Amino acid sequence: MIGRFLSRTTSRNLYGVVMVGLGGTLLLFLVLPFVALLIDGGPDSILRGLGCALTWPAMRLSLGTSLISVGLVVLGGTPLAWWLARSRWRSARWLEILLQLPVVIPPAVGGIALLLAFGRRGLFGGVLERLGWSPAFSFVAVVMAQVFVSAPFYMQAAVQAFGRLDRNLLAVGRSLGASPPRLFFQVALPLARPWLIGGAAMTWARALGEFGATLMFAGNMMGKTQTLPLAIYTALELDIHTAQALSLLLVAFAFALLLLLRRFNRNLEVSRKPATS
Amino acid sequence: MSAAPPHLSVSVGAELGPFLLQATLEVGAEPLALVGPNGSGKTSLLLAILGLIKLERGRILLGDEVLVDKDRGIERPTEERRLAYLPQDFGLFPHLTAVENVAFALACGGLPTSRKERRAQAMTWLDRFGLGSLANRSPAQLSGGERQRIALARALASSPKAILLDEPTASLDVEARIEVRAFLAESIRSLGLPTILVTHDIMDVEALASRVVVLERGQVAACGRLRDIREAPPTPFAGKLFSSPMPVGTAAISGPVNDGQFRHN
Repeated sequence: MIGRFLSRTTSRNLYGVVMVGLGGTLLLFLVLPFVALLIDGGPDSILRGLGCALTWPAMRLSLGTSLISVGLVVLGGTPLAWWLARSRWRSARWLEILLQLPVVIPPAVGGIALLLAFGRRGLFGGVLERLGWSPAFSFVAVVMAQVFVSAPFYMQAAVQAFGRLDRNLLAVGRSLGASPPRLFFQVALPLARPWLIGGAAMTWARALGEFGATLMFAGNMMGKTQTLPLAIYTALELDIHTAQALSLLLVAFAFALLLLLRRFNRNLEVSRKPATS
Repeated sequence: MSAAPPHLSVSVGAELGPFLLQATLEVGAEPLALVGPNGSGKTSLLLAILGLIKLERGRILLGDEVLVDKDRGIERPTEERRLAYLPQDFGLFPHLTAVENVAFALACGGLPTSRKERRAQAMTWLDRFGLGSLANRSPAQLSGGERQRIALARALASSPKAILLDEPTASLDVEARIEVRAFLAESIRSLGLPTILVTHDIMDVEALASRVVVLERGQVAACGRLRDIREAPPTPFAGKLFSSPMPVGTAAISGPVNDGQFRHN
């Protein structure tokens, strides 16, 4: 009796130790690098890092290109997602999977693919060059790389948002005489908006952090194609504290974005609380 | 509006997965109740009339307008059919206030063109239904009965030529049910539009309809005047429905009714 009781408590203790041990180890591993990033070298060296010549051109370029990328993704992705979410066409499901591909392939592969498609000697590069336009290794290439790797985040959120819309509401809207544009702009879009904004935020974060595809397809030219992540890579060869300072900029941005999204989602839950009838 | 009430004539065939939907209905000024076991295709039939499911064949006439004639390749889109549709949960747009919901219907009709006038006219609609005080509430702040009435006001604001109700009282509590039923009965009578009412609730049938169609496995198993169907139920399901104090098919029975189950009737 007692033996069984003891073995039960020891097994319960063992369970606690194992669970806390495993979870805690991962937690420490995930948190410690941020701690180091934040405190290593002290504020002076970080401030000095921010003063580096690489910082501000990269910051400007990163903000500019990532905002343009998000805009383009939202502009094209919203109609595409609306169509995908409502299509009964079986190929639409395959297309959805295809659109998620850039999330799982390494960004460098994306960069190579872009280069093979739109590079000077690429599949469509010749056509583009004859039109007097060669996108590779330019500002446009930075945007193209970001759109390529970040669009899936918006697409996934938008397809789900539109797919989850109450079909009855759309049916009622049509029975009231709403034309397809009215149904889209006045019913579907406002109802899906919170999730669309969430998807756009994730897309922005991904575009801002884009490195591999940009390096392959746009290069690393200061003031021209050198975004913050690329500047970090360059700074690492000069001085680790400059790299650290630039990294902190990105971390601060990402953290602010997460906080905003959390707050936004909380408001969403409050406003969507079911009515008591 | 024409003097004679329009007539809704429906004959449709569609594939519904487990069985074929094949139904012919004629609805004039007398409201028609569409009853049948769960999964017998009642809601699908409404969606077919609305143009929201794919038809294999079909012909739908509303007054002198051809809504669907598959043989001639005519299939008007839902938004041009002028059918008021009230789903079970009423379908109010949650991101719009009550008055904005009604104004939406007016905007779809294109008149009046100014936002301000639309709002004023929407207010008139709400007032007509005694809902003026709720104008600026969002649907989440309204009771089930209030939502039902606003949904009806909105549907009528789109000047429909027929009314399709899908279980109009099913999602209400008992008290609201009685109130909404009386309100609907009054509205349907005074409108005189062809009305189809899908329901599980014998009280709805008694209060709102004068003719009944029994749909079983996608087919019209019986149709006739309410009185006749009640006195001599043509199918076991109809017998169960009219003898039951409980709404059949909700709590009492789930799933399609097995004929053998009721042989003792």
